Amino acid sequence: MADLTLQLLGLQLFTGIALGALYVLLAIGLSLIFGMLTVVNFAHGAFYMLGAYVGLWLLMHGVNFWTALILVPLAIGALGLLVERTLIRPLYGRGLDYPLLLTFGLSYMIVELVRVFFGNTGYPVDTPDVLQGAVDIGVGYFPLYRLFVIAATVVVLVGLWLFLERTSFGLIVRAGARDPEIVRILGVNIARVWLIVFGIGTGLAGLAGLLAAPLQGVIPEMGGPILAESFVVTVVGGMGSLLGAVVAGLLVGVVVSMTSLFAPEMSRVAIFALMAIVLLLRPQGFFGRAGLMS
Amino acid sequence: MKNNGLTRRQAVVATGAALASPFLFNIARAEAATIKVGFPVPLTGPYGAEAQDQVRAAQVAIAEFNETGGLKGRRAELLVRDDKLNPGEAATRALELIESDKVDFIVGSLSASVQLAVNNVTKVRKVLYNSISQSDAINEAKEFSRYTFHEALNPHMTGGAVGRYAFSKYGKRVVFLSADYAYGHEMVRGFQAVGKAMGIETLADIRHPLGATDFSALLPRIQALKPDVLVISNFGRDQQIVLKQATDFGLKKSMKIVAPILLYTARIAAGAKAFEGVVGGTSYYWGLEKTIPSARAFNDRFRKMYNGRLPSDYGSLAYAGVKTFLMAARQVGTTDPEAVIPAMEALKYDYYKGPEYYRKCDHQAVQSVLIIESKNAPPGDPDVFNILAIDQLSEADLRSCQELGFH
Repeated sequence: MADLTLQLLGLQLFTGIALGALYVLLAIGLSLIFGMLTVVNFAHGAFYMLGAYVGLWLLMHGVNFWTALILVPLAIGALGLLVERTLIRPLYGRGLDYPLLLTFGLSYMIVELVRVFFGNTGYPVDTPDVLQGAVDIGVGYFPLYRLFVIAATVVVLVGLWLFLERTSFGLIVRAGARDPEIVRILGVNIARVWLIVFGIGTGLAGLAGLLAAPLQGVIPEMGGPILAESFVVTVVGGMGSLLGAVVAGLLVGVVVSMTSLFAPEMSRVAIFALMAIVLLLRPQGFFGRAGLMS
Repeated sequence: MKNNGLTRRQAVVATGAALASPFLFNIARAEAATIKVGFPVPLTGPYGAEAQDQVRAAQVAIAEFNETGGLKGRRAELLVRDDKLNPGEAATRALELIESDKVDFIVGSLSASVQLAVNNVTKVRKVLYNSISQSDAINEAKEFSRYTFHEALNPHMTGGAVGRYAFSKYGKRVVFLSADYAYGHEMVRGFQAVGKAMGIETLADIRHPLGATDFSALLPRIQALKPDVLVISNFGRDQQIVLKQATDFGLKKSMKIVAPILLYTARIAAGAKAFEGVVGGTSYYWGLEKTIPSARAFNDRFRKMYNGRLPSDYGSLAYAGVKTFLMAARQVGTTDPEAVIPAMEALKYDYYKGPEYYRKCDHQAVQSVLIIESKNAPPGDPDVFNILAIDQLSEADLRSCQELGFH
């Protein structure tokens, strides 16, 4: 590695942040759902994949990319509402493993259905015309589309933050995460809050899937590996912590990127090594509350 | 999407029809008279598209054989099995084909490790096997079975031919990026073997995990190394994704991207942009029909059977793999392996791509490697490659029999 320059490190850092952006979008949904509903959503990767496929379907039917960016999270969010109302709600109060097993099975069904309708070979997805090519970001050329993914993530995060911190509904969400019992006693319909939170979480997963599609194409199995990595992010950041999901998501992206620079073979292992180290030093993760899993 | 669904359905119907016709015929005749060709390929999994084309092409060989009278009236039949791209599954299917179906020949597989698993079974059972996917190990003395032939190219031949072309044409400063498994390792060895003689400088030899979905973290470093040539040795979906991302990062502006195997099916699936300008090798491209009569005849026959469709590279290997056994058997008038083996070893054939023969010591098919370049063809146009050169290999371009461990 004789030619290790500051520019290369800068570019590598940027690549890591772009990778991390997708982790953030997925992990924040996982964390939101876990923090509020104490549901470990194993179908999150399937919703991500479904977002990519719904986006592909829309693009093939003449819908432009920007409209798809609005429609896909709405569609996957609506599906999330349906799943929460009909499948997950009857399981509340029965312990962590019931919804876990349910969503695990659900993910298999969704993947299989996509295989039935779209086949199992996968499709490439073109980058939207205006986002093609690379631009000079000071340290070297970087693909415009990846910059867009970072920007889109920032917009979503700001929107989510405003929603949670500045609206009365957001206040109920935050209160519900802290103590659902009291919120219910105060006369708030917590069931409705949980429904909407689940919808937001799955909608974000769908959006992440659509954003990922032009980077790597779509395939029914695309949700598997990224789900495992997103769980690592939520564990590292602290289960249920939104800030943790953001910080840990970016960190994991940068760790993957930097490991790839020095030891590409180790890049996948590095994610799990990071998790092991964090768990040893701080079992609840960066910003997690202890005892949430019990 | 709609179009793809239709063609898949048509393919299934066509395959079904092709399977059904000899089957119906067989009921009317004595069952023992049929020549059974077992055909395990990965119909499900990431190489499904390639495997389906292998079935199509193999059926062409069967149909031609039957129409021209079979073997003293004995007709051939293809027994297709799904090996799921899994060595264990493939070995089980091969054993079933031998034990319960009593096949005369086995042809198939689409992975280095899977073909070695099938080879282990056929070697012990003394059943003739023609392997139609790339592997270096299958040529080596420790894996060798006198019942096994290797119709496909191997990484040493492919990497060698592509390397000779690319390093002399585009430059000698090279970065390797390969999938971290047997195929990737063998390919790099093939390139290094010719590269050493040509004095190439290896700037980096990067391995990525098999089935990676994001290569972006590897690309800035490759960009910074400023190589003349970037050799990318991976397959299927990995290849599609890495070429797309390398294009996005603008790598093509400063270096030539070379892939030892450019797949027709992957190029059709991925579209023109990601593959544009990429140079690689292949065992067959249908465009060869402009200069080679046997290619023309094969393509026409394939078009006729499948509604104007064109055969792929790996599909064509299945055609030759099945046809060589059937023709050798016809020559000696029996399917007895002890008679067919010498006939195979003596065979000089030109079935679809120009002259070929099996080398005696390792049963490797000595043949040409085509050097092709992906061009910017509009969607739907099947003419996606330019043939830059045809490297007609001789035995000197293969690893020598001594090197492989034969004495």
